[in-house]
Parts: sequence; C-alpha cells; structure tokens
Amino acid sequence: MAHHTHAADHGAAHGAHHDQPWFIKYFWSTDHKMIAFQYLWTGMLMGLVGAFTAYVFRMQLAFPGQPVPGWGVVSPGEYNSLITTHGSIMVFWVAMPVLIAAFGNFLIPLMCGVDDMVFPRLNRLSYQIFLLSAIIIVATLFVDGGAFGGAWTAYPPLSADARFSLTPAGSTMWVIAVALEFVAFLMGGINFIVTAMNSRAPGMKALDVPIVVWTIVIASLLFMASVGPLFAGAVMLLFDQTLGTGFYNPGKGGDPILWQHLFWFFGHPEVYVVLLPAMGIVAEIMAVFARKKLFGYKTILYTIIATAVLSFFVWAHHQFIAGIDPRMANVFTVTTLLISIPIAEMCFLYIATLYGGSIRLATPMLWALSFIATFLLGGVTGIFLGASGADVYFHDTYFVVAHFHYTFFPIAIIGTFAGFTFWFPKMFGRMLDERLGKIHFWGTIIPFNFIFIPLFFTGAAGDHRRIYNYMNFPDQATPELQALRITATVALLVMLAFQAVFFFNIFKTFRSGKKAEKNPWDSNTLEWTADSPPPHGNWAELPTVSRGPYEYGVPGRAKDYWPQNEKA
Amino acid sequence: MIERWVQQASSFAGDVDGLVLLVTVLVGFWFIAAEIMFFWLIFRFRKREGVATQYLSGKEKHVKNWVNIPHYLVLVCDVFIIIAAVQVWVKIKQTLPPADATIRVVGQQWAWTFTQPGPDGLLDTADDIRTSDDLHVEVDKTYHFKLEATDVLHSFSVPVFRLKQDSVPGRTITGWFKPTKAGDFDIQCAEICGIGHGIMAARLHVETAEQHQEWMAQNSPIAEAEAAVSDSTTSE
Repeated sequence: MAHHTHAADHGAAHGAHHDQPWFIKYFWSTDHKMIAFQYLWTGMLMGLVGAFTAYVFRMQLAFPGQPVPGWGVVSPGEYNSLITTHGSIMVFWVAMPVLIAAFGNFLIPLMCGVDDMVFPRLNRLSYQIFLLSAIIIVATLFVDGGAFGGAWTAYPPLSADARFSLTPAGSTMWVIAVALEFVAFLMGGINFIVTAMNSRAPGMKALDVPIVVWTIVIASLLFMASVGPLFAGAVMLLFDQTLGTGFYNPGKGGDPILWQHLFWFFGHPEVYVVLLPAMGIVAEIMAVFARKKLFGYKTILYTIIATAVLSFFVWAHHQFIAGIDPRMANVFTVTTLLISIPIAEMCFLYIATLYGGSIRLATPMLWALSFIATFLLGGVTGIFLGASGADVYFHDTYFVVAHFHYTFFPIAIIGTFAGFTFWFPKMFGRMLDERLGKIHFWGTIIPFNFIFIPLFFTGAAGDHRRIYNYMNFPDQATPELQALRITATVALLVMLAFQAVFFFNIFKTFRSGKKAEKNPWDSNTLEWTADSPPPHGNWAELPTVSRGPYEYGVPGRAKDYWPQNEKA
Repeated sequence: MIERWVQQASSFAGDVDGLVLLVTVLVGFWFIAAEIMFFWLIFRFRKREGVATQYLSGKEKHVKNWVNIPHYLVLVCDVFIIIAAVQVWVKIKQTLPPADATIRVVGQQWAWTFTQPGPDGLLDTADDIRTSDDLHVEVDKTYHFKLEATDVLHSFSVPVFRLKQDSVPGRTITGWFKPTKAGDFDIQCAEICGIGHGIMAARLHVETAEQHQEWMAQNSPIAEAEAAVSDSTTSE
C-alpha cells in the first residue's frame, strides 16, 4: 500500500523506483528511458507483424494461388487487407515510434544533459495512447470482414463506404487507430520540442546541440504543422463511414479528391518526419566512427530546415494524374525537383565528412554507411516520379514501390539498426556481439537489394500496384517478370531468416554480453558521460557543456576526441 | 528503357520514353559518381595505425568546393529535367488535338465499359457501340476519351500508350490518345478499387481501318436492326 501511495504521489521522484510494484513501474513510469524502451520494443514487435504481412503477400505474388505456410490461400480481399496493414503499420507503428519516439525519448534528455522530459506525465500518456492505437490496428486483422483493404492511403469513396470496401469494421477501426496514433505523437512531439528548446545543460548553445536532436525536433515541428488537416480529414472520413455524411461523396456534394489533398499535405512531410531522425542518427554515428567533425554542421542544419519547409509544397506530386487541374502539375514538378537540392547537399556533406577520417567499420558504422549507399538510390529514383511527364507512366507501378522502399527501408530499418547497435551499450549496459552484428548486417543488406532492384524492373515493365495475381493480365504474365517477382520473394525470405541472428544477439548479450563502459566508442556527446545504463535521473550531478558535439581529431590533443562536458 | 519491356503504341509513348532516358542518364551519372566517391573515401580513409584524422570544419575552401560545385551542377540538371518533364506533360495532359472520334470510358467495380460512336461518328446516338472489357480502336486516329467512374476511384491505364488517368465519381475527365501500332494490349485499373481490383483487366485492340470497319459492322446495333449494311453508310 505504502508503495502505491509513494509511487502515485511521486511519479517523477528519482531514486525510489526500485521498490515500485512491476505494474506501476512499467505502466506508470514517467522515466523518459522507460518510455523510450516501451516505444522501441512495441515498434519492433509491430515490425514483426508488418514483416509477416509482407511475407504472406510476397508469397502470393511469387506463387499465386498456392497456400502460404502460416496463412493459407490468400483471397483477393485478404491480399488487399495485408498490403494495407503492412503499409500502415510500417509507417505509423514502426518508423514513427522507433525513430522519433524511442530515440527521441532516450536521446533528447541525455544529449541535452537533463534528468528527464519537461512533461513526463504527458510523455507517459503519449505511450499509452500509442499502445491502444497499436492494439486496435492489429485487432482489425481479426474482425468480421477483415482488416481495411483500401491501401494505406485510404482514398475515398472506397474507404468511406462499406458497400464498396466490404470491410465495415476494419475501415472504421483503421481510421480510429490512425487518429489515436496522431494524438500520441502530438503529445510526444510537444515534449521533444519544449525539452530541447528550454531544457539544456548550462553552456549548451543552440549550435552545440547534436544533429540528431535537431532532426527530431524539426521532425516533430513538421509533424505538428502537417497533421492538423489530415486529422480533420480523418474525422470527416469517420463521419462518412459511420453517420452517412458526404464529405467525400460527389452524390452528396462532396469531393473524393479533397481527401487526397489532406492526406498528402500530411503524407509528404511525413516522409521527412521519419527521414530526418534517421539522417540524424546516421550523422552521429558517422562522426564517431570516422573520428571526424561533421562537415559543415551549420549547413547540414540549414539543409534540414530547407527540406522541412519545402516539404509543405510538394504534396500534389502524388496526384499528378488524380484528376487535379493539369496545370498544377507543373508547379509541383518544380517544387519536387527543388527539394532534391537540400537533400543532395545533405548527402554530399555526409560523404564529405568521411574525407580525412580514420574510418572504423564497426557494426553501427556499417549500418550508417549502408544508409547513405542505399538511400542515394531511393533519392535519385524519386526524380523519375517527380518529373510529371514520366510519372504518367510510372504512377502506381512497382517502380514507385521500389523507390519508396529504397527510402523507407534505409529510414525505418537501417536507421533503426544503426541507432540500436550504436546506443545499445548505453541503453542496456552491455556490448552486443560484433561478429553476430556483422552477420546480421550482411544478411539484411544484401537480400534487401535483391528484393527491390527486381521491383524497379517489374514496375518499368508495367506491373501496377496492389494486384494479387498478375496472371490476370496477359501482358504482365510473362515468365521473365514472374522470375523477377520470385527473386524478390526469395530474397525477402532470406532477409527475414537473418533477423533471427539479430534477436539471438540481443538474447545472448542480455544473458552473457560483456559489460559496457560509460563511453565504449570514445564519443563526445553527453549521453556517454552517464553510467551505462543511466540511472533514474541520468546523472548524480548534471553535466555542463564547454564545446560543440563533434570535436574529433583536434590538433594538439593527445586524445582524438574531446567530450562536450570536459573543461577546457 | 521502357520499350525494352513494353511496346510503344501511341503518338506520345516515344516522348515519355525519351524523358525517362534523359532522367536516367542525368540521375544515373550523379548516382554512380556519388557511390564511387563514397566507397573510395571509405577505402582511402580506413583506419590505419599512426595516421591521424584531419580536423576540418567544412569551411576550408579546397574541400568546400568538392561539395559546392556538384551542388550547383545538380541544380542545372534539375532545370533540364523540369523543362523536359513539363514539355511531355503539356503534350499529353494539357493539349487536346482535334479528335477523329470520341469515346466514353467508364470504370466501375470491377469492369471497364467502353462506348464508342457507331457509323454516324457521334457519341450518344442510337447506333453507339458499347463493349465491356474490350476496347477496339483504329490505328493512326486521334481519340478523345471521356473518363467517368460510377462508384469508387479507378485509373484508366494503358501501358503501351504510356497513358494513365484516374477516373473520379462525379466527374468527366477528358483526355486523348492516338494509337500508332496495331495489336492487342492490356488495359489496367491502376488505382485500388476493392476486392476485384486484381481482376479489373481489359484488352485493347488496335486495328487497321479495314479490321475496324469489319468489327464495327458486326457490332453496330443499327446494323443488327437493319440486318444489312451498305458500305456507303459507314463512317470514316
């Protein structure tokens, strides 16, 4: 009893959490690290659900009509539900919770040298709402009629009317789950922004803040500024579904295209909402393992801001052929091509950071470098789609699928593994096995390319998206194209099998891994001055900051790094 | 590029493929250059005993230009791509050459319905020919299409024409194409439209003038009613 009162009264009190009952400890903890881990493991668990859906529909595409082990024969309706659930989960329940919420929660207080978030209880509520939304989206797989099957973009009228979608429960639950997820991330985002802006160690000026903190803050601002219209859109969609209103129904004076504008006004900035934190993670790792100051810290920061601002003016490139005024396509072609400028600049600066370095290819660095190598292909293939005249052909083909997986996979999977392997010693106080880490790396990165390179070709050859069986289309039912589809599926199976190495590595490390020191990678940023793992409250005495985060290889010093907190 | 897999069968298919080739060359160059540079730097500056790292902030002129100059060149490439893309776009989507015939294309869950003028050459008259999931057109004729949808979004996609246009309930969207090659090709629905999206296939039959006349004669409702067709009544 006494414990309960204590915990309830002093939710944020430090040093007393060890005697809390487990329920209070795990469900009511307001410690930013605990919340970060919950987002991390929930996101990874959802990643397994997303991977399973991909496995089932890729099997159907490679071997149409054959029963899929673990699922059975895939019906056309199930196929649509699987692809919709895959897309929704990977974006909203994997990329966002892991990259923004998990790393944001873990890193921002530690890198800014403070004991917790500014609003710890709001932080707690954010995770609980997120968990609820995750449960709802997974539950849709089991309801009558199955999960929503209108694609993750949920274009009405298909999504707005059960007579068209044939998934009355699934579509409504999908909208509710997505809306709740938005609420959770608004709460998290407010926390990240306020904490990073107002609560930093003494001496830490704005330009002493590590890039990854900047990227998470700017991503949160981007999310907050773009999600409002879609939230309104989601409410209208919910009303169309449940109350019979006609916001998107032309028969009742509505317009289906309205949703597309609201969706992509959010949806395109959303790409950068997840891209930026991943690029931030990569920047931290590259600086540490190349032993180099970031090449042009300020310029990187400006390119991040420029990308964020420009991302509000490109949304209709998703709608070139959707029935918008064709003249509008010209405007959006220009803005879309322009956004390649800051992104290209950012990539160049990252590559330039390697110049003159002393590069150590530890597992986190392999992930960070592979992010750049693969994301480049995702970036350049976007130009084909942004060029309106070419998009007439490429729109809604597998070329699009391959393109955005070459952006989203580096972001959500490679970025996550990079950050996870880099900060694991700090998070859990043990060193992951390097050999297993490298096996997992190569076992993931090689099959990844074999999944999506073939899909560029099937897309160029006219494979359109969201088709459960290409044998229904004579021009697409060629042995050559089917061989490419099978290649992609086999590569996926190989990649999924290698994820066992990752989980085994975690399991083994928790059981018998080497204890991590405070600063195993010789890094400069503040989180490495705390214990591994940091206790509740992070430091006994909070650090102060004397310099920027990337002072590696400063001439005239014995050590090749210079921690931010060290007095001059 | 694309013609390696998908034939060119419309007057603007070559324009699209030309644009794709231009983009491939330009972005392909930057992609390969960046990757070579990237891997070379990783190799060149790998960790070696006794070799210290260089302390560079990114403000030094001699290294800065390695970023700045490519940066401006990328901008130049962007301008070329924008100009080419807009040209192709304007040709396909913003101009409407005079039509030899106008057809109506209606998407519904889960079939395409095509209505085309009969011998009188006019749409919405008694001799219209209506077909489902089969579109017969004549080679080297310019067609306008009136695209509609009755229930949800669909997308009228003809890969050999390099043509794609969403159909939207409540709207009639006008577009055009000019077939340039006889043969049978796929028509797809390229916008997810429910459980039957994967079977919403239609066939396009691009025919010579004689073949088309013959097909029209066999299918004209007027012709069936009159039981006989004279050559003089057929339209061009």
